[in-house]
Amino acid sequence: MWSTPFALLPGGRVVPIDVPLMNIASKSSFVLNRRHLLGIEGLSRDEISGLLDLAEEFVELNRQIEKKRASLRGRTQINLFFEASTRTQSSFELAGKRLGADVMNMAVSQSAMRKGETLIDTAITLNAMHPDILVVRHHASGAVELLASKLDCSVINAGDGAHEHPTQALLDALTIRRNRNRIEGLLVAICGDITHSRVARSNILLLNAMGARVRVVAPSTLLPVGIERLGVEVARDMREGLADADIVMMLRLQRERMSGSYVPSVSEYFHYYGLDEKKLAYAKPGALVMHPGPMNRGVEIDSIVADGAQSLIREQVEMGVAVRMAVLEALSRNLPNA
Amino acid sequence: MMLSERRPILLANARIVDPSRDLDIHGDVLMADGVIREARKGIGAAGVPEGTDVIDCRGKLVAPGLVDMRAFIGEPGAGHRETLASASQAAAAGGVTTIICQPDTSPAIDDPATVDFVLRRARDTAIVHVHPMAALTKGLEGKEMTEIGLLKAAGAVAFTDGAKTIENALVMRRALTYARDFGALIVHHTEDQNLVSDGVMNEGEFAARLGLLGVPKAAETIVLERDLRLVALTGGRYHAASITCGESLEVLRRAKNEGLNVTASASINHITLNENDIGPYRTFLKMSPPLRIEDDRKLMVDALSSGLVDVIMSDHNPQDVETKRLPFAEAAPGAIGLETMLIAGLRLVHNGEIDIKALLRAMSTRPAELLGLPGGSLKSGAPADVIVVDTETPWVLDPAELKSKCKNTPFDEARMQGRVVRTIVAGRTVYEYV
Repeated sequence: MWSTPFALLPGGRVVPIDVPLMNIASKSSFVLNRRHLLGIEGLSRDEISGLLDLAEEFVELNRQIEKKRASLRGRTQINLFFEASTRTQSSFELAGKRLGADVMNMAVSQSAMRKGETLIDTAITLNAMHPDILVVRHHASGAVELLASKLDCSVINAGDGAHEHPTQALLDALTIRRNRNRIEGLLVAICGDITHSRVARSNILLLNAMGARVRVVAPSTLLPVGIERLGVEVARDMREGLADADIVMMLRLQRERMSGSYVPSVSEYFHYYGLDEKKLAYAKPGALVMHPGPMNRGVEIDSIVADGAQSLIREQVEMGVAVRMAVLEALSRNLPNA
Repeated sequence: MMLSERRPILLANARIVDPSRDLDIHGDVLMADGVIREARKGIGAAGVPEGTDVIDCRGKLVAPGLVDMRAFIGEPGAGHRETLASASQAAAAGGVTTIICQPDTSPAIDDPATVDFVLRRARDTAIVHVHPMAALTKGLEGKEMTEIGLLKAAGAVAFTDGAKTIENALVMRRALTYARDFGALIVHHTEDQNLVSDGVMNEGEFAARLGLLGVPKAAETIVLERDLRLVALTGGRYHAASITCGESLEVLRRAKNEGLNVTASASINHITLNENDIGPYRTFLKMSPPLRIEDDRKLMVDALSSGLVDVIMSDHNPQDVETKRLPFAEAAPGAIGLETMLIAGLRLVHNGEIDIKALLRAMSTRPAELLGLPGGSLKSGAPADVIVVDTETPWVLDPAELKSKCKNTPFDEARMQGRVVRTIVAGRTVYEYV
């Protein structure tokens, strides 16, 4: 850490003034040499590390009183969410605003899509408004890529179907790296509904790229056929699945999948796959617990564990804003006229 | 229930048939403390523990007690037809020492509390072992799978929708996939209900003559074929609950040759009777699936001898006057069988159609193995669930003497040869023919 100069406030209170406040220019000059961030797939280890390093700076910035940068000043960012989201959307909104962009949230539920406009027509319409960055979430896998192919601006995938959610994987990686100082060599157990999870897919890709060992743990009904070909170990019970794990990453189970279609009931799911203190004890002592949120307490995770000392769940949310700022910043440096 | 004092028992000078060891010898069987001690020649001559009941079994056959993999019992919900207590009396008289009851009750056995109820009720009222199969889908509706893990932990030995068929292939796929994680066995009644439609007996000449609507064999074979392809896809453990015809045997043979984890049962009715036994619209011979033609029956017996079909079960299904004294098409299907499965099977042995060892294997050793139960064997340390059988004495079956609350037996007035003379459960004699 750098030495901290102090400023005296009225009343004699001393607050530290950290470097980012005084040093407006970013230290990292990392540029993501891509127009879009559609997924973790295809990102190199250096690109991932570059994004994480840049995000570290924003973590510091976000803890200051003055959180504003001007690097996206003049830019227009549209958050286009075809699927309801609280934390991802607000996190992208904050990230854009802190970097100085004009941010607009498109409420798709009231928009033309509901009147029958196709996804492509929506893209053409948006394109005419000259946004610089479009942040898109869509319920169909591949929809974000489809949009990106029709737009002139940068597109960031904020989650497409069960395909990818790259910023979630990046914020998870940042959280892990800050707590364990590394990713390489760690054993990460991803537990729960792997079949329907974009978070799982992006994390598998990222963690493998960074040299971690990944294990997925779920009942067979929630494991896609062929998952072992994605470079993961597969376990079907928590004792075996959590053995030696450094990180236990829980996934959300959607309500409609709990009552007999994929698993018989909430109580059976929690009994065999819900993370409680007893099951957490199968992992390495001091193993860290993560969850992308929103949590179903008492379904996939017990409150005592979710709120316990090993939980990083709140830190993940904090890292979310920083990582999204890093992604916006790194992409914007590659924009025309940047 | 009064329990007799449990003293060691020596069954002396018997013909001992133990299919679990491929054993057929003359000798003695000693049991004490609820388990088999030894089964060999000359135990009695070498001296037995003090207080041992020595029972001379000269001319009799001693074998492991039967494990009946499919019995429909009215408790809870239809105790007027059969209770666990009355079913267990019938079972003991028929040499069945373990009943596997089906979940088609009211309420259905589809949650751990009901499994617990059945087990406690059986412990308090039944004189043989009772293990429930649990429903595979909630309310036997064929839509949402039950809590397979918790039900298995509560004591369910397998999962089935009983006499119902799961029409939706996706539901079956998910259930097989999920059950695999718990090593749970799925047992399925394979009859396509759309093809069964209003059919009430085997489709063919005899149905045409009787003016009854037929059920094609394809109704059974199509579902079996579908299921076995799903087993190949999921790697689950599967047991066909009741197959009846040559076409199904071909499907089963192919799956077994491919190494799939697949087994099958035949009911005692389908291997000892054929559609002609329906005669003048006898509703006690209305079954689901229906009795087939003689050629199919013969193929089924051969498949049991070869081991292609693994298990013979009673398909015990008590129906009373209200549901059976009706025109054939309106009567409920099903027949009682706990009390008659062994003696009906002995008919095949006397006719030279099947070897006694193969018969007993399919009624005891194999079902115990499939369900992970300790019975079906006379090995040292096995539970002392043993039957003594007189295989020769001829007699005529009088339904009034049956222990079951319902008398819907297809063998009423039938000539039988041989009967169970003693049934021992956990080292205690629970039935004796005098």
